[in-house]
Amino acid sequence: MTQTTLPASKMPTPRSNLKNWIGVIPFFLFAVLFIFLPSVRLFVGSFTNVDGQFTFENVIELFTEDYILNSYLLSIRISAVTALGGGIFGFLLAYSVTVGGLPRSLRSALITFSGVASNFAGVPLAFAFVATLGRTGFVTSVLKDVFGFNIYDAGFNLYSFLGLSLTYMYFQFPLMVLIMAPALDGLKREWREAAENLGANTTQYWLRIALPILLPSILGAMILLFGNAFGAYATAYALTGGRLPIITIQIGAQVRGDVLHNPNLGNAMAMGMVFIMAISLAGYSWLQGKTERWLR
Amino acid sequence: MKLAVWLRKFPFWSYVWFILGVLYFVIPLLATFEFSLTMERDVVGFKAYEKAFADPDFLETFGYSVFLAAMTIIVSIILIVPTAYWIRLRLPEARRIVEFITLLPFVIPAIILVFGLIRVYSSPLNIPFTEVTLVEPLTNFKFGTNVLIIGGYMVLGLPYMYRSVDTGMRTVDVRTLTEAAQSLGANWYVIIARVILPNIRTALLSGSLLTFAIVVGEVVLASFLGISAFGPYLFLLGQHRAYEPAALTFTTFLLTWAAMGIIQLITGGQEQVAGAH
Repeated sequence: MTQTTLPASKMPTPRSNLKNWIGVIPFFLFAVLFIFLPSVRLFVGSFTNVDGQFTFENVIELFTEDYILNSYLLSIRISAVTALGGGIFGFLLAYSVTVGGLPRSLRSALITFSGVASNFAGVPLAFAFVATLGRTGFVTSVLKDVFGFNIYDAGFNLYSFLGLSLTYMYFQFPLMVLIMAPALDGLKREWREAAENLGANTTQYWLRIALPILLPSILGAMILLFGNAFGAYATAYALTGGRLPIITIQIGAQVRGDVLHNPNLGNAMAMGMVFIMAISLAGYSWLQGKTERWLR
Repeated sequence: MKLAVWLRKFPFWSYVWFILGVLYFVIPLLATFEFSLTMERDVVGFKAYEKAFADPDFLETFGYSVFLAAMTIIVSIILIVPTAYWIRLRLPEARRIVEFITLLPFVIPAIILVFGLIRVYSSPLNIPFTEVTLVEPLTNFKFGTNVLIIGGYMVLGLPYMYRSVDTGMRTVDVRTLTEAAQSLGANWYVIIARVILPNIRTALLSGSLLTFAIVVGEVVLASFLGISAFGPYLFLLGQHRAYEPAALTFTTFLLTWAAMGIIQLITGGQEQVAGAH
């Protein structure tokens, strides 16, 4: 009798049945309420006109209204520039602390600092850059007083494309460092030794072996940086107060109050962003698959 | 001769990149710090910090942000730990879809998330096909907006929290721990709360600190949902003050720094392991 009360069925079994899905219902409920419903609502809204009927008008308007198209292009340009710049600089930094021969202590310092800086965005970041490169900022004053060079007379403006890009770089290149450092660790010493035994010099090793192996992860990381900048809103808003009409700022204005005649156009603008972000993420995971062939 | 060898081996360019990187990191912080010290004419001092911290609005909004962060972390843990545990133990076929969901926040930026939340929850929840209201629009009352913002913050922190917890569970053998606990007569609550949670505390702490760093200065969700949290407060302060925002900016940086420093400290061992393969 006592034998049968031992709950053999309670023992974890690798086989699962429909009942086991009950355990993940809370998670799916959360995902539906806070991720799917809001997304679906925006998605449906972008194909609905003011009277609630199905239409492609909103989506077509994204491409025909100049100011919307220009906002997308501005966002794409700024994200691409900072992804490329931050990607190259971050790669060089990651290189210097991994295979570049710097002491190990510098490596952990850089990794920690990168963790901080890649999370240091939004309003505080904007304020820090105003204090640095603003009209009376620290660097501006030093350049003017010590070198007699006024960057604002030379055409620089913090509240411009270049200024916003420099500000974004502050969280872009640290993210690259965080992603690339483990990838660079994956380069095996044997590959280098084999190349050297066959008579390759450093340049040949990098151009013919290391970079081709690393290329998918470099590109993948840059795509991630692109998305990182593309979705940014608070930094740009706090820095330029909405004067630089990137797409997130336009959507923000739309949420604050319907500045357009048609609230569903705002939905379409949002879906356009999600679409671009989804393409980037798909590209990233495709490249990630390519990376895993060699690294790890 | 030895000097020549040393010079040739000296990683000159590595140092150049490293120093450039350090300058990019440090100069904005130094500039902010220097500016925050010069509130009084010709005097270097912490006047701006005194004034900023003495503002009752600061205490209120900052306290509120800390409260929101704490709630986000607690509810996230309650939601994610059992889910990740269950998937590891009983439902491996759900892994792909759940991991896909945890990556979605990377596709949906905060501004889109809050847009969608407002569109969905600014209308009342009716019993289907009737005009009978079950729940007032969540955006209309304080508890409702709190629910929305904590849910939103959980979404923003989801990728980090889930990955932390899942990695933590991979390093401890949850199956063996569960079998051992069961053979000693523990029920599911005891297994999760007294066996699994303490074993993944490092992972929980690093996920929590990351969430904290994201939530405390967050401005998009808070300002669009009309919640007087620290982020919107700092933004408004920056509109009409100069020195206090600089002081608070530097403080925020120190907070982020502390959170990341602790993560680095507690996961230092794990990072080495990750670097080895």
